[in-house]
Amino acid sequence: MTQMTRTSNPPLTTPITGGVGESPLRPDGALKVRGEFAYSSDLWADNMLWGVTLRTPHPYARIRSIDVGPALALPGVYAALTHEDVPGQNAYGLEHIDQPVLAVDVVRYQGEAVAIVAADHPETARRAAAAIVVDYEVLEPVDNAETAIFGEGVPKLHEGGNLVRYVPILFGDQDATAEVVVSGTYEVGMQDQAFLGPESGMAVPAEDGGVDLYVATQWLHVDQQQIAPALNLPQDKVRITLAGVGGAFGAREDLSMQVHACMLALHTNKPVKMVYTREESFFGHVHRHPAVMHYEHGADRDGKLVYVRAKMFLDGGAYASSTGAVVANAATLGVGPYNVPNVKIEGWGAYTNNPPCGAMRGFGAVQACFAYESQMDKLAEAIGVDPVEIRLRNALSEGSVMPTGQLVDSAAPVRELMERVRDKPMPPARTSEVDIRTMPGGASNTTHGEGVVRGVGYGVGIKNICFSEGFDDYSTARVRLEVIGGEPVAMVHTAAVEVGQGLVTLQAQIARTELGVQRVTIQPADTSVGSAGSTSASRQSYVTGGAVQSACAAVRAEVFDLARERFGVSDLALEGGKVVSASRGVLADLSDVLGDRAVEHTREYRHRPSFPIDPLTGQGNAHVQYGFAAHRAVVDVDVDLGLVRVVELACAQDVGKAMNPDAVIGQIQGGSAQGLGLAVMEEIQLSGAKIRNPSFTDYLIPTILDMPPMTIDVLELADPNAPYGLRGVGEPPTISSTPAIVAAIRDATKLALKRIPVRPEHITGT
Amino acid sequence: MREKASTFAGEPEPSGPNRRTVLVGAVGAGVAGTALAGVGVGLAAPTTAPPAPQETLPVTLTVNGVRRSAPVDPRASLLDTLRDQWGLTGPKKGCDQGACGACTMLLDGTRVLSCISLAVLHDGQEITTVEGLVAKGEMHPVQRAFAERDGFQCGFCTSGQVTSAVGLLKENPRPSRAEISELMSGNLCRCAAYSNIVDAVADAARGER
Amino acid sequence: MDFIRPTSLAEALRAKAEVPEAVPIAGGTDVMVELNFDRRRPPALLDLNAVGEIAKWSEVDGRIRLGAAVPYVRVIDELGDRLPGLAMAARTVGSPQIRNRGTVGGNLAAASPAGDSHPPLLASDAVVEVASVRGTRTIPITEFYLGVKRSALEPDELITAVLLPPADGPQQFSKVGTRNAMVIAVCSFAVALHPASGTVGTGLGSAAPTPRRAPEAEDYIAGELSALWQSPAPLADSVLRRFGELVGAAAQPIDDVRGSAAYRRHALAVLARRTLGWAWHDYCEGRVTACA
Repeated sequence: MTQMTRTSNPPLTTPITGGVGESPLRPDGALKVRGEFAYSSDLWADNMLWGVTLRTPHPYARIRSIDVGPALALPGVYAALTHEDVPGQNAYGLEHIDQPVLAVDVVRYQGEAVAIVAADHPETARRAAAAIVVDYEVLEPVDNAETAIFGEGVPKLHEGGNLVRYVPILFGDQDATAEVVVSGTYEVGMQDQAFLGPESGMAVPAEDGGVDLYVATQWLHVDQQQIAPALNLPQDKVRITLAGVGGAFGAREDLSMQVHACMLALHTNKPVKMVYTREESFFGHVHRHPAVMHYEHGADRDGKLVYVRAKMFLDGGAYASSTGAVVANAATLGVGPYNVPNVKIEGWGAYTNNPPCGAMRGFGAVQACFAYESQMDKLAEAIGVDPVEIRLRNALSEGSVMPTGQLVDSAAPVRELMERVRDKPMPPARTSEVDIRTMPGGASNTTHGEGVVRGVGYGVGIKNICFSEGFDDYSTARVRLEVIGGEPVAMVHTAAVEVGQGLVTLQAQIARTELGVQRVTIQPADTSVGSAGSTSASRQSYVTGGAVQSACAAVRAEVFDLARERFGVSDLALEGGKVVSASRGVLADLSDVLGDRAVEHTREYRHRPSFPIDPLTGQGNAHVQYGFAAHRAVVDVDVDLGLVRVVELACAQDVGKAMNPDAVIGQIQGGSAQGLGLAVMEEIQLSGAKIRNPSFTDYLIPTILDMPPMTIDVLELADPNAPYGLRGVGEPPTISSTPAIVAAIRDATKLALKRIPVRPEHITGT
Repeated sequence: MREKASTFAGEPEPSGPNRRTVLVGAVGAGVAGTALAGVGVGLAAPTTAPPAPQETLPVTLTVNGVRRSAPVDPRASLLDTLRDQWGLTGPKKGCDQGACGACTMLLDGTRVLSCISLAVLHDGQEITTVEGLVAKGEMHPVQRAFAERDGFQCGFCTSGQVTSAVGLLKENPRPSRAEISELMSGNLCRCAAYSNIVDAVADAARGER
Repeated sequence: MDFIRPTSLAEALRAKAEVPEAVPIAGGTDVMVELNFDRRRPPALLDLNAVGEIAKWSEVDGRIRLGAAVPYVRVIDELGDRLPGLAMAARTVGSPQIRNRGTVGGNLAAASPAGDSHPPLLASDAVVEVASVRGTRTIPITEFYLGVKRSALEPDELITAVLLPPADGPQQFSKVGTRNAMVIAVCSFAVALHPASGTVGTGLGSAAPTPRRAPEAEDYIAGELSALWQSPAPLADSVLRRFGELVGAAAQPIDDVRGSAAYRRHALAVLARRTLGWAWHDYCEGRVTACA
C-alpha cells in the first residue's frame, strides 16, 4: 500500500520498516503463539484468594433475607460479603447509575450478583457461595420490551419507570405518501459476544489503603470512575492495569468482577483473583439488544425512496448499561445509507427482567440494518428491479443529508461499495463431485446435493465511528524519546486497550512514522496516564492513533528545537534514526542530538465535536464520522432440512486509510463472521426471562468450517477530519454481513424470513 | 509480558520470582522492533500451590519433558492441575466442557482436551503444552507459522489452536485445505482469524516456514 | 472421592461389585463435564484405561467385538470398511480432540438420546456385552436403553464391548446440527441394508427419550425391497418418502433449545429418505460399503 512520506531528496538514510500503512508482525504475537502472554485469567499472586459470586436463579424476586453464616463456617473461607459490605455507593452504570454492586432487596435478572465469597481454594469458594442462604419472594418477570413500556399494570422495575430512552427522528414531511409502499416487522434475537476468555482479574490491596486491579476490560478509566465511588476511595487509589484480554466485542465495556474483587481484596487484605466460568460469563456481561422493528418504506415508481417510518423496540434488560446510546444509534442510522427526504423513526429502549443488554460490535446499527435492508429487498421486488439497483438508486453519498439533518461531509462511497461486491466474479457452481465438508450440514453428512439451492443476497450498512451526541471523546498518549543502548527508542504509553485488533501494533507504527525510529516500546496500559476512552465504536485507531500522532509531533518539535540550536537550519525531518535537513541532507544521528536527554510529551487528542440531538425531533450533528461496508453473500441452503452453508462472502469497505492492511482484513473477516453467526446460529434463547442455553454446546458460534472464503476490497478515501484520513474499521463489516446472508437465504427459499437468527424451523416451516 | 517471557517453557523447575516485578522495556526488541513492556503482575508459576483439598492422590506426569509429581485432587482436570498447581497457563479454560478447544494439549503425542481429561487418569503419561513446543528457545514451526500468518487476534484460543495443529499434523502430515478446516473445527476462534489459521497450518505442513 | 485403577477386567469387576456407585471412566469426555459442572459427585471413579481387555477390537465368530474403551478415532481409521455406519457417526462426534479420547462404551454408558453412536448400533443389531463378578451377559441393543440417560446396565456391571456384525450391505449415518462442525445432534439417523437377510435396520437419535429403531419403517421397506435385492433397480421417490414418513412417525421428540419437536420429526423423515436413497444407490452400484 502507501509508502512512507519522503522528502524530495534521494534517500539518505535507511528507511525504517513497520510504519503506518505497513503490516508489521504484532509485538505480542510471539508471546501469544508461545502461550506466554498473560491473560487476566492467568494472573497469580502469592497467598491469593479466589473470589466467587453468588447469583440469583430468579429473573425477578424480592430478597427477604441473606444468611452468609453457612459460608463463613466453612474452613478456608475468608469473606462472604453482601450489599451491606459495599464500602461506598452501591450502584454503578455507564450511562445511568442504576445497577447495584450487590443486590439489596430486589433482583431484576437471572444471574444478578447477590453475594461474594473469598476462599483459599476455588472449589472452597464455590461451595461457600452455594452455602449462602437467600430467601426470595419470586415475582412474575417482565420479559417483553413493548409491554414493559406500554403494558397495563406492568410493575415498574426502576423508580423512573421502564423506559430507558425514547428517541424520535423527525425529518421532512411526516405525512408524505408514496405510490409504492412496503412494510414489515423484523426481529433480532439476543446475541452474545462470546469472547473466548471469560471475565477475570485480580485485585491486590495496597499499603496506602487503595487497591491495584489487573483486569481485562475495554476502558480502564471508566472502570476506575465506577469502582472508586463503590469502594469509597478517591480515584487515584484505584489503580488499574490492563491484563491480557481474551476478546471483548463490547462485552467488557461494563463492569463485571471489578468491584467485587476489589471489595474482597480490601476486606481480606489479600490479593483476590476472580475468573468466571463459561456459564457464568453468559450472566456476567451485557448482550446485544434484542429488537422488534416495524418498518414502512414509501417510494416512487422508480424505487426512489419518499419516506421511511419505523418504530423500534430494543430490550435493554434489567439495567440500562448503554441502552440509551444503542437506541440513538438504531434510530439515527435507522434508514441506512440511503437518501430519504421524509423520515419518522421512533426508538424505545426498555427495562425488562431479561439479561441486561449493552454494547456489542455494531451497537444498534446491526439491528436497524437487518430491518432496513430487508425492506430494501422487499422494495426492489415491489418495483421489479434487482436488489443492487434499488440500493444504487437511493445511495447516500458525500453531500447527502442524514435524517438527523447532519451533512455527510466526507466520503460515503455507498454506490461504489455496492458495485464492487456486485461485480466480483461469482464462486463456481457446485459440481457433481461431493465433498460433504462444503455442503450445508458439513461433516454431518446431511446432503449429497439433495435439496440444495443456491442464493445470492446483498447488504450495505452505515455505522457512526467514535462516541456521539456531544460526548467529550478523547484519548491521551505519552511519548518519550531517548537513547537506549546507543539507539533512539520511542516509548508510547496510553491507557488504550488492546483486545486483539492490533492497537499496540498500530501505536508502534505511528511512532515509527512520526519519529523515524525503528525501536518502539509500548508500555502496559494503565491508569497512570490519562484516559484513552473505550476500545469500542471503532474509535481507537482514530482517537488514540490521533493522540499518539500528536504526542509524537510534540516530541519531534522539541527535537527540532535542539537540532535548530545546533545546526542552524529549520527544514528538518526525522528519518531512519537521523535528523535530516531538506537542504543539507543528514545532519546527525538522532542519538547524537538527543544525547542523554529524554524528550517526553503527553497529549490529549479530541476528534471534532459532536452534538446532542434534539429530544423532540432527533435533529442534530450527532455523529463524528460514518463508516460503510457492503457485502454480497452466496449461500447454499438445504431447503428440506433448513440448513445453511455460506459459500462465499464478498465485502467492500472504505477505511479512509489502511493503517495496517493485514489488520484491516482481519477486522473485516472477524466482523463478517460475527454477522454470519447472528444470521444463522447465534441466539441467547430466553424463556420467562431465563437463559436456556448458557454454554458453548448450545450457544453456537461459527467454527472454521462455517466461515467461507472471502473476497475483500478495501477503499482508502481519506477523511480530511481524521488522523491520516482513517475511518474506523471494526464494526461496519459486522453490520452488513447479516442482512446479506439472510437475503441470500431468502433468494434460495423465497421465504420472507423476518427474524434472525434464521433457524431450520423457519426455513422448513416446522 | 511477564517475568518468564524471556525464558522458555520446559526449564527444569518453575522459579518463584517476586510476582510484582514490573518489567519496563525488558522484553527484547521483537521481530518488528516493538517491545511490549511487561504487565506488572506475572505469573504463571505459583510458588505456593493452592491449599490442597482434603483428598488427594499422588500423580506424576512428564510435562514438557520435565517429570513433575504432586498430590492432586482426584476430581481435578488436567487443565486445572497444570494451570493452577504447576503454573502452566498456556492452555486456556474457555468453556470447561470440551466445546471450544482452547485447552488442547498433547497426551503422549495425541491432541486431547485437557479440561475434560482427569489428571489422575494420566499418571505416568507424557504431556506437551504449548509452552513445551518451544525447543531450545526456538519456536515450533507451527508456532512460527501462526505468528507469521497472524493466525489470531486476541490470542486466547491460540495456544489451543497451535497445539491442535501440531497434533493434526502428526495425524495427517499432508492435509488439504478442506481437511485442515475439518480437522481444526474443534478449536473456536471468536475473532475469526480462520483463514489465517488455515494458511498457517498449510504453511507448517509444507514446511515452508 | 476414591480413585480405583484396576489393571485387569477381573479386578475392575471386583471393584465395581464392591463400590457399585463408582463411575467408570475411560476417555472421560462425558464424565468430566459432569464433574466440572458439579452435576455429579461420585464416591469413586473407576479408571478403565489400564484394563487391556476392553481397549482393543477383534473379530470373534464373524462379529466385530469392539472393546468399550476403543476411542472413536480408531473406529474411523481401522473399522471404516467393516463398520461404515458407526465410523461415519464417529466422524461427527464432537471434535477431533474428543474423538481421540471418547469411546463407544462411554456413549453407551451415558445413554444420552443425543449420543452419536446409538443410531448405527441400532441399525446394525449390535449387542452390548456387559460383565460383572456374577458373569458376562449380552444385551440386545434395542433392550439396552431404558430412558433418558438410563440403561439396562446393573449397578455392579461394566460395559466391556459392543458386538456388531460387519456390514453385509451399505450403511449410512446422517446428523442434523445448526452448524457445520462440532455440534450436538438436533436429530440423527442411521440405516443399514442387510441383503443377506433381506432386512433394513434403522436407528434414530435425539428423537425420543431413548435412541430407538423405526420398526414400521423397517418392515415397510423390507417389503418394498423384497423383490429388488436380486435384481436391483432404483427406488421410486414415493417409496423413499413413505419410508421417511414412517421414520418420522416413529419419533417422539421434544421441543428443546436445539430444535422443535415438529422440526425433528420432519428432519428425520428427510434424513431417512436420503440415507436410504444413498445406501440403496450404493447397493445398486454393487458397493457393499459406503463412505461419504
